[in-house]
Amino acid sequence: MDFFILMLAFPLVSGLLLTVFGERAWAPNLNVIASGGTFLSAALLTAEIVANGPRFAFGEEFFIDSLNVFLVTLTAFVGLTTSIFSGPYMRNEAEHGKLSKPRLRLYKSMYQLFMFTMLAALTTNNLGILWVAMEAATLTTVLLVSLYRTPASLEAAWKYFILCGVGIAQALFGTILLYFAAERVLGETGHALLWTHLVDVKGQLEPTIMALSFIFLLVGYGTKVGLAPLHNWLPDAHAEGPTPVSAVLSGLLLNVALYAILRCKVLADGAIHTDFAGNLMMGFGLFTLVVAAFFLSRQKDIKRMFAYSSIEHMGLITFAFGMGGAVANFAGLLHMTMHSLTKSAIFFAVGHATQKTGTQMMESIRGIMRINPLLGWSLLLGTLAILGMPPFGVFASEFMILTHAMKHHPWATPVLLMALGVAFASIFGKVQPMVFGEGEGRKLAHAPAVTPVFVHLGLVLMIGLYIPPYLTRWFNEAARMLG
Amino acid sequence: MNTIPLSAQLINLFASVILLLAFAMLAQRRVLQLVNLFALQGATLSVSTLVVAFTTSQHHLYYSAGLTLILKAILLPWILHRLVRRLHVKSDVESLINVPTTMMFGIVLVIIAFNVALPISQLSSTITRGTLGIALATVMLAFLMMITRTKAIPQVVGFLAMENGLFLAATSATYGMPMVVELGIALDVLVGAIILGVFFFQIREQFDSLDIRHMERLKDS
Amino acid sequence: MNISGLLGQLFAIVLALLLAPLLTGWVNQCRAWLQNRTAPPLLQPYYMLHKLFQKDVVLADGASPLFRFAPFVVFGCMLLACAIIPTLSTDLPFAPAADTIALVGVFGLARIFISLAAMDIGTSFGSLGGRREMLVGFLAEPALLMVIFTTAMISQSTSVATIVETLAHREFIIYPSLAFAGVAFTFVSFAENARVPVDNPATHLELTMIHEAMIIEYSGRHLALIELAASLKLYAYSCLGLALFFPWGIAEGASFVGLLLAIPALVGKLAVGGAFLAGIETINAKMRIFRAPEFLGTAFLLAVLGLLVRLLLETRV
Repeated sequence: MDFFILMLAFPLVSGLLLTVFGERAWAPNLNVIASGGTFLSAALLTAEIVANGPRFAFGEEFFIDSLNVFLVTLTAFVGLTTSIFSGPYMRNEAEHGKLSKPRLRLYKSMYQLFMFTMLAALTTNNLGILWVAMEAATLTTVLLVSLYRTPASLEAAWKYFILCGVGIAQALFGTILLYFAAERVLGETGHALLWTHLVDVKGQLEPTIMALSFIFLLVGYGTKVGLAPLHNWLPDAHAEGPTPVSAVLSGLLLNVALYAILRCKVLADGAIHTDFAGNLMMGFGLFTLVVAAFFLSRQKDIKRMFAYSSIEHMGLITFAFGMGGAVANFAGLLHMTMHSLTKSAIFFAVGHATQKTGTQMMESIRGIMRINPLLGWSLLLGTLAILGMPPFGVFASEFMILTHAMKHHPWATPVLLMALGVAFASIFGKVQPMVFGEGEGRKLAHAPAVTPVFVHLGLVLMIGLYIPPYLTRWFNEAARMLG
Repeated sequence: MNTIPLSAQLINLFASVILLLAFAMLAQRRVLQLVNLFALQGATLSVSTLVVAFTTSQHHLYYSAGLTLILKAILLPWILHRLVRRLHVKSDVESLINVPTTMMFGIVLVIIAFNVALPISQLSSTITRGTLGIALATVMLAFLMMITRTKAIPQVVGFLAMENGLFLAATSATYGMPMVVELGIALDVLVGAIILGVFFFQIREQFDSLDIRHMERLKDS
Repeated sequence: MNISGLLGQLFAIVLALLLAPLLTGWVNQCRAWLQNRTAPPLLQPYYMLHKLFQKDVVLADGASPLFRFAPFVVFGCMLLACAIIPTLSTDLPFAPAADTIALVGVFGLARIFISLAAMDIGTSFGSLGGRREMLVGFLAEPALLMVIFTTAMISQSTSVATIVETLAHREFIIYPSLAFAGVAFTFVSFAENARVPVDNPATHLELTMIHEAMIIEYSGRHLALIELAASLKLYAYSCLGLALFFPWGIAEGASFVGLLLAIPALVGKLAVGGAFLAGIETINAKMRIFRAPEFLGTAFLLAVLGLLVRLLLETRV
């Protein structure tokens, strides 16, 4: 049995099935089962890769190595937990009359297709297919963001589509330039977009073209990562879409876009022989971090605030990968994982909290601890985790990034510390009164699924205290590959 | 003056026409005319690809040319025409900046694009290398159009025109991307256009207009 | 300078004087047909000129000598322009005296005189027209220069005769830059000759007229000269456009056979060009005067684009 094919087949087939049968009573279960199947095959695939090393699939079109297999597992895992979370959440939304049956069908099928595009983007070896999958991921999520059909959600979806469309077009131009550079070396063999072939000849690629190509790719995929100044779509899309969509956007899509940049960076570094690509990423990362930190304090909508927090963390991760080197790459990968798990957990908690209180405005959300202690704790712990409090895993990765920056780029340290401080103050200052204090919530028809939240937070806590050796080995290998 | 082969001259000519159409779209004030110009651009692109395919005998480029013709010159303009009629879009296109200023910006963008592309074209060995700068300029002009227009349909036309420029870049710099990728891109464009069509109806339902300026509520406090 | 060249030159000038009103008549006739009107006879401009030359001149009280002097200057300028532009042959004795930049200058000189004369009387229409004419001119001139620079870059010379010679007798090469320049030139010609999108030669609507407002105080032979000059200007622009963008048929030397062959070619091209002009005028509406800068800005932009495309595509390192 080929686990790779299974992993791609689960979301694709179930996505297509759900477009047809999405209104049946068993459809939500199919959604969870398919996600479970995806996760299971991803886990087995990981075991296979860890045991046998990198492999190809479908000729040379797909390639799984230690870098993407860990992201694949992460994606499949968060996909599974989000589908579990979304069951009761979406039923409650339907109960409140916010969503009709056809919309729920659309949601489920698009959710699975979105998972498919992301997994395809992660595992493809062809940089052209990578682009196609990224664009497809945008297209599937556009309809998810506008699911409520409110003016605000339409506006958010429109902004998302247009901005990401522009961004992704830049990325395509970058890809074309890359192909152009590669064709001069590899000839018209049809391999000139295959990453594995490109890596072999990266030293011979024309530096001028590669530099230009990387700029376009960084700006293009960077739009999807949420790098400032092209981040405007992100808070809107997160705030106006259904919460499960916010969770997968923040936890997964941003990662996948960043992954695309990383693959290209390896090629650019090899061709240019200077720190050009790294410096560019550091600059963008730092700028994004600072911009997001200052916007955080002005937010009134809880999902919007956490969306800005995602931008901030993406800036930090981009900065870490920009620094390069084994330690920084390790830290970046770790932070990516931690951020995905924590942020999706937070969005789960936020989703239930907003359903309970019936608003997303932070000044109207009070006393979650009274309404539902479990929910209160999950929001509080999630917030503490994302702010980098020890003993959570985010602390470990942020600490590594900071120390590495102090050592190699001391000038950046004050900026990093200041931005993180501002972010801490503004998020904590706003979450604290929401969790504690007096408040009233309504009774929900379906009990919230808090298990995913605690599973995520438990994992983050575990990694903060102890990273299993196989995970370390795995991260190290991926970090080394990034150079 | 050293001679350039006739096919290269033709390709250069078509590329120039595409650039000219990009400017015409930037200056156009009527929605239907805009869509027609877009269709014309798609057709020109298709013919130019055909010439490249014929000259270099790259068979997959014939398919690309056919795909472009069907998708960009016929299908998408037809969808847009239908949308304009079904939605009773007002025929005037409004622009945030007045047209002459936009054109001036356009010229500046063209100069930038040509400058960026010049070192690359000199490295290229393809007969079509000169058009890379034009392709980049077309992309940038379409981008400018998306920024300056306030209605939904012109923004979408800008988006699609950007795709045209990218396609021109792909054929001009490299004789086209591998077939799989090109098919994927075409599929994405088509699906994107259909989703946008759905979107128009939703926007229209909510705002009673396709003016993007209604959609400025989401701001950071 | 040889005698046959001189004869050729003389012949070109006479031909210009003969053909120019005919071209105007032809355009008017085409316009009438396209608008489903009964067309005036082809020779109507000649009748007009004949009538005007016989009439007495009525001068306004405040007219200075400049007012009387201007029609002659304008007419002279246009005639000189027609002499410089290779209509039949590129072997023109006058050609070395003036290159394309000077040609633009000659047009400019005529414009200044006619505008000054329009303001000289002091009527409101005159100064209105004069100001508008200067507005259009000041925008059209750079665009025209840019067009000419593009062609000059191709032939590496600013002499009209050399440019036309290079363009006419090279091997066939497609110049995309020329396409841009050609469109820009068409725009400029419409503006400069007071044709429809910018001005309407057929009306005297005070709010919109430009050219007619300037010459509203002229009468008799002065008016005839100015009308003839306007015809010559249209002829000159048409010939320049044809020579630059459709140079086939223009004789290289001053050989008698070449000249004989060039005449029907020229007449044919002018007929097509005139019909084209009438067609454009029919399908377009006159734009507001404040849109004229935009129109001419577009022309300038196209010309610059042509120049840029020339630099990018057609120069090989």
